[in-house]
Amino acid sequence: MTRHDIRRSGGQLAHDQLIASAARRPDAPAVIAETTHTFGDLDRASDALAAHLQAVGVRRGDRVVILADNSAEVVVALYAALKAGGVFVVVNPTTKPGKLAYILQDCAARAMVVHQRVARFALPALAESPSVTATVWIGGVPDGAAGAAPGAADASGADGADRRSAVAYGDAVARDAVPDDPGTIDADLGALVYTSGSTGSPKGVMLTHRNLVHNAWSISTYLGYREDDVIACLLPLSFDYGLFQVLMAARVGCAVLLERGFAYPRDCLARMAEHGATVLPGVPTIFATLLQLAPFDDLGLDLGRVRMLTNTAATLPPAHIERLGKAFPQARIFSMYGLTECTRVSYLEPERLADKITSVGKAMPNTEAYVVDEQGRRVPPGTVGELVVRGASVMRGYWGKPEETAAVLRPGDIPGELVLHTGDQFVADEEGFLYFVGRGDDVFKSKGEKVSPREVEHVLYELADVAEAAVVGVPDEIDGMAIKAVVAPRPGATLTEAEVRRHCRARLESYLVPKHVEIRASLPKTESGKIRKASLAEAPGGGPDGAPADTTRADALPAEAPDADTAAPADAR
Amino acid sequence: MSSTAGDTRIEGADVAQRIRAFLVDSFLLGDDTGFANDDSLIEAGIVDSTGVMEVVAFLEESFAITIDDDELVADNLDSVERLAAFVGRKLAAADAGAQ
Repeated sequence: MTRHDIRRSGGQLAHDQLIASAARRPDAPAVIAETTHTFGDLDRASDALAAHLQAVGVRRGDRVVILADNSAEVVVALYAALKAGGVFVVVNPTTKPGKLAYILQDCAARAMVVHQRVARFALPALAESPSVTATVWIGGVPDGAAGAAPGAADASGADGADRRSAVAYGDAVARDAVPDDPGTIDADLGALVYTSGSTGSPKGVMLTHRNLVHNAWSISTYLGYREDDVIACLLPLSFDYGLFQVLMAARVGCAVLLERGFAYPRDCLARMAEHGATVLPGVPTIFATLLQLAPFDDLGLDLGRVRMLTNTAATLPPAHIERLGKAFPQARIFSMYGLTECTRVSYLEPERLADKITSVGKAMPNTEAYVVDEQGRRVPPGTVGELVVRGASVMRGYWGKPEETAAVLRPGDIPGELVLHTGDQFVADEEGFLYFVGRGDDVFKSKGEKVSPREVEHVLYELADVAEAAVVGVPDEIDGMAIKAVVAPRPGATLTEAEVRRHCRARLESYLVPKHVEIRASLPKTESGKIRKASLAEAPGGGPDGAPADTTRADALPAEAPDADTAAPADAR
Repeated sequence: MSSTAGDTRIEGADVAQRIRAFLVDSFLLGDDTGFANDDSLIEAGIVDSTGVMEVVAFLEESFAITIDDDELVADNLDSVERLAAFVGRKLAAADAGAQ
């Protein structure tokens, strides 16, 4: 057995950063979840799980899907996948069987690390996904997990045997074992991050080790993460900015406080106070919810150690920025923009927040971001165009989707180089500060997550009594944009809001379940018979203020764009 | 589900039963998995952060109570038993306030 030697890889691999931090600070807290796990703990456990994954057939380049709430086990699993030579795919644990099966099949997953809590979603999906030859169950192997025979960990499932191994996570990490060096280099894939697109089919964004290491370096450098930081991660690890909190903490050697979710905001704040959180990464929904609980002194909570709030996914309304400054008086506030295809693009120096409050700043270190016209030519300041990103942050493409990849990764100025066309409309001011204007398609952001109206509409049409369905975004105080479904029943049929919502809940991740459901006799059409969506957002029963949800405002100027009180910012991230 | 806003007394067991029926109907598609009334709803994967707000809306509407933001904690909301006890306390407080 050859053990991976960090000197041979030059520390260039994503898991090298965990190994280096474990060597430097073995007893320092790395993950604070139900209990505290040190860097040494994570390194040992991920070695053992990596050895197990190799024993059950995971080879270099194989995909390992991880399905669980934020927990130390997810962190161990993603590093184990990397150490085994594999590619990790962290999936939102509220993903329902249909979409989960799509993802497992799309990436031809070899193994799955899954919490028994979500077995009722995972087992039906696994039944349709023959590529998965090994499962590891956090919390114990549930009834019905195929091949759950004792001794399944003894490599009998290796080499594509048709029998699926199923072992308990606790057993897989119990023994001291190290994986064989799979020979990974930094051009190999390290992660797939699934994201919604305008077509409605999720796409797996391919990130190499070089992408992961570079982006963790760039973001943690401009934010100035330190070894004594405690990052409060309320974002799911299936969301790239949540995932990168873990990667950045491993790089810097600081701790991540992993919250399982944001169901009970006050409980989250209490744990942040208890563990002395210093950094709070979030999206506008999280900050808006926390502000409802301010001032925190009244709750008996001391959050005075929080030194940094970082916001992405959509711009914060200026009024919220002001109130956040009062609620977290010690904290600097970073406005940022990014997309899964290159993780992050830009950030605004907190010192410029006052005079550039609607800007998402300038490109992050070692990245170039510029605005082009429809012919791909750079445009002068003040002219709206598409934002293009170039540099080591840019993904390798969408897994198994060459056409979609070619549409966004296009030749740049240097022979062989591909640059990322974001599909987002931007404008730069005279000083080079970037402003989000809108999107070219109807994809919008709700609670920081991308929503493809098509994806939700497909699900609505599965309901037998639905004749017509349309999904739009409506402005929402807390969610940025809220999902609104307007449906018309078939003649003679009746539909209820509760029925529609329940149907959606059974098939969609919770963030995709419409907040507003409106039943109409029929939907408004254009002359050519297309559903006129623009009018639906304003209709009765829609958003609280009835503002239009049209997210494309091509005429916006830096002075007013993106105006956080209108629909536009819901798409910026 | 009929509103009980006008009822003067609501039995604790009835409260728990109605909450359970709502959870099963809304989150488990009517298929009761046999979870225990003291099981954590989050742990059991029955309710997630989005669902919590629906549970709160259901409680406010069905029991004619008002729930403050700082009451949205696991101690009050994370099992059928806790929910029923929380509703009981809210109703008792409302009664006391009315007298």
